[in-house]
Amino acid sequence: MERIPVLRMGPLLLITIQVDMHDRLALQLQDDVAQRISDFGSTGVLIDISSLEIVDSFIGRMLANIAAMSRVLGAETVVVGMQPAVAITLVELGMSLPGVRTALSVEAGMESLMSAVSNAPDEAGDERPQA
Amino acid sequence: MNDLAEIISQNAESIRKEWIADMSKAIQRSDLISKAELDEQSRSILDAMVNGVRTSGPTNIGGDGWDQARELLREISASRARQGFSPSEVATFVLSLKKPLFASIRAKFTGDQNRMFETIWAATELLDKLALFTTDAFIATREELITRQQQELLELSTPVVKLWDGILALPIIGTLDSSRTQVVMESLLQTVVATNSKYAIIDITGVPTVDTLVAQHLLKTITAARLMGAECIISGVRPQIAQTIVHLGINLEDVITKAKLADAFALALQRSGRTVVKVGGAAAPVNPLAAILNRRGE
Repeated sequence: MERIPVLRMGPLLLITIQVDMHDRLALQLQDDVAQRISDFGSTGVLIDISSLEIVDSFIGRMLANIAAMSRVLGAETVVVGMQPAVAITLVELGMSLPGVRTALSVEAGMESLMSAVSNAPDEAGDERPQA
Repeated sequence: MNDLAEIISQNAESIRKEWIADMSKAIQRSDLISKAELDEQSRSILDAMVNGVRTSGPTNIGGDGWDQARELLREISASRARQGFSPSEVATFVLSLKKPLFASIRAKFTGDQNRMFETIWAATELLDKLALFTTDAFIATREELITRQQQELLELSTPVVKLWDGILALPIIGTLDSSRTQVVMESLLQTVVATNSKYAIIDITGVPTVDTLVAQHLLKTITAARLMGAECIISGVRPQIAQTIVHLGINLEDVITKAKLADAFALALQRSGRTVVKVGGAAAPVNPLAAILNRRGE
């Protein structure tokens, strides 16, 4: 079955969406992310959507859901590389994704996550690579 | 109804002379159009009318036979619209053909009242239709002109300026309506991606009024930028506008607003970990860029 890979990078999870999302894929991704966060005790989730060209309200909801879920599990989420057209669509759909961190590039997102993670109470400190 | 065509073609020259005389009495625009041009235009229109009446009849000006006449009238009214004629002046161009044409018809059918009336009716119907067509064409040209100007205005009025590495400014001039917001939003977001800028300053010094709609458009733009990972600062809020915003109860709490573009720029520099310092001593600085030092953290 088609699946979006969730990569582990130290205390972070890295998700790159490079295919057109459909609803089943999105649900599968939510499950996977929740499972991985609890498996690895990750403290940050980075979702790169720079190759995502089409969104609908469901995908928007999925992003918000993943962020909310991660927060419940003690991880920060940052969404990086949103295309202008995607941003405009989400705003027109009335989804401003409050509570989701955003960044322009993977690099900036990683930086923002690292600072958030290092400010947070330390749990996965042993595994964190030197930034 | 070939009477009409016959009358026009037989008396073409005299009709045309009277027509031009009438026309110049009605509209004194020798400044905009030369006599030679007018001669040329009136001659070709009369020819085209004869042709039209012969092949498609006098009432069916949408028919194939009138193609040439329609094309001519469209060209003439388009060129007049550009030259600055008024709509009534353009319509008068066709309508002043009535008097000489009726005179010719009367001269031809002096004995036959019924036929005279019929022919005059056909002629008046035809000329009215042609005049209406001319006005339509005139307005179409004007509309086209207006649309093009609007487009040009849209492009002109939404420049995105790069102030510094990672800091953009978007000076908005004029009222923000939905279509402009779309353009502003798109160009801002495109530039944010292209220049990888984290801060965007939206300067509304040139926006005459801010009502709820304008505020909503601004908030949309800011939210879209935030979704992409850029932060927006609104600057150039004039005192009256600040009052209006408060009176209208618009919620700009989540948005950083500053009174001056300079304040917003200073804030953006500070947030991106930069600071502006004065180069010590009275000597001119060798490199003004060195005045800005990079400092990590906020």
